[in-house]
Amino acid sequence: MKNTVISFERVTKSYLSYEYILSGFKSFLLNFPRSLKHTRKKFTVLKDITFSIYEGEFFGIIGKNGVGKSTLLALMAGVLKPDEGKIEVKKKVYMLLELGAGFHPDLTGRENIILNGVLLGMTKKEVLKKMDEIVAFAELENFIDQPVRTYSSGMLARLGFSVVAHLEPEILLIDEVLAVGDVQFQKKCLKKILEFREKGVTIVFVSHNVKDVSELCDRAIWLHNNQIQAIGPAHEVVSAYLRFLENSSFSQ
Amino acid sequence: MTALRYYIDLIEVLTLKEIKVRYKNNIFGYFWSILHPLSLALVFYFAFKFIMKFQIENFAYFLICGLFPWQWFSNSVLAGSTSLLANATLIKKVNFPKFFIPLATVLNDAFHFLASLPVILFFGFLFNKFHFLVLFSFLPLQLLAQFIITYGLVLFLAPINLFFRDLERLIQIGLTILFYLTPIIYDVSFIPPNLKVFFYLNPLFGLIENWRLIFIEGSFNWFYFELSLLEGILIFFFGFKVFKKLSPRFAEVL
Repeated sequence: MKNTVISFERVTKSYLSYEYILSGFKSFLLNFPRSLKHTRKKFTVLKDITFSIYEGEFFGIIGKNGVGKSTLLALMAGVLKPDEGKIEVKKKVYMLLELGAGFHPDLTGRENIILNGVLLGMTKKEVLKKMDEIVAFAELENFIDQPVRTYSSGMLARLGFSVVAHLEPEILLIDEVLAVGDVQFQKKCLKKILEFREKGVTIVFVSHNVKDVSELCDRAIWLHNNQIQAIGPAHEVVSAYLRFLENSSFSQ
Repeated sequence: MTALRYYIDLIEVLTLKEIKVRYKNNIFGYFWSILHPLSLALVFYFAFKFIMKFQIENFAYFLICGLFPWQWFSNSVLAGSTSLLANATLIKKVNFPKFFIPLATVLNDAFHFLASLPVILFFGFLFNKFHFLVLFSFLPLQLLAQFIITYGLVLFLAPINLFFRDLERLIQIGLTILFYLTPIIYDVSFIPPNLKVFFYLNPLFGLIENWRLIFIEGSFNWFYFELSLLEGILIFFFGFKVFKKLSPRFAEVL
């Protein structure tokens, strides 16, 4: 029996309707009774979700836009809290940042590595120890002391991935980030991710590219209408999903 | 132990980020940021000395001693209340204590205030008002009181500004009002005695007055200190509660 590292037990997550609030006090007060009522209305994304992910698993999440794939990841990362139910995450979890998004443009590559590394959970000493490795992996030796606003988007992606790749994660959450950078670097990222799998790192993977999911993942979950439509071996879930997509496009 | 080490590192890198971004790694950044309070002092000096004919001794130095601490407060409140918005990607992607984000902005301005102390001392030297011993004995207390007031207010404003995005404008108006309600460009003795008790409600009242007593008179008013510290602690606890209550929802609205 494999160890469970992430477990969701009857988890429900909904968002409040913030439109009136986010457009400010002015609009909130001008639309007063309606705005308050509107804000109380909840919008359910995930309803009564129960499943587990085991240690060392490569786990895929698929489904149409807006079914809550990213919400599910954010719940695993602890960035969002569920309304109801229990989530248990037993190991150190890292979310792969939208590559380079956490960087500050005016800081140099090196300064951003320290900032990002510490934000993601390393101490400064640990980051400094790995600095050379991180820079080498990103292939940015000649640019590392330049402000990152001078970097191309591919360079940013390389740097961002390289920081996360050196965190020694126990659980890695990947949200649609492998589609950046040049093909060669994508291959390098994939190789690194497969290395993580060899080492027994648990990986949770969200992608629109179902082919990637069926090739890479051991198991997958298909989210539909706020619920789990199917869970099981990745290729089975993916083919069920593809059949569903075909049927629904026929019926239109 | 490692957790503590980690939190110290986190505060350090976040604060250093703010400082580096402000100074853009160059010495002119420093001059730009002392230029602002100094030019304000110059404007008020002309307006009140030559036009309104205020009778305050060493008025230029008097202004500087109030304006520099005020800058720390007002810059922190403005930058701090938008700090969560400015760090949206981090909040959405990384699970770490969010308290550190506004903390870094307040510490950035605190650092800047400390870095501008030599400028105040230089003017003290020019006006022959140099109270080294008093300054260094009461500096930590004043820093503590101002930090608690400022951070407390920022903890309260930052999450609300995340939900109601137009709060920022109200904060700017509020800061202008507070500026004139605090004895920065006028002396405490100008306040009508029957209104003075209302001025006590302003935590900056005792704080700024004490900065000036330290820099100009070489004295310290314990009553003012206790008053501003107590009000600061109240604000801090209130701000902390609001922040804590709303922080699980931050990632949802960004």
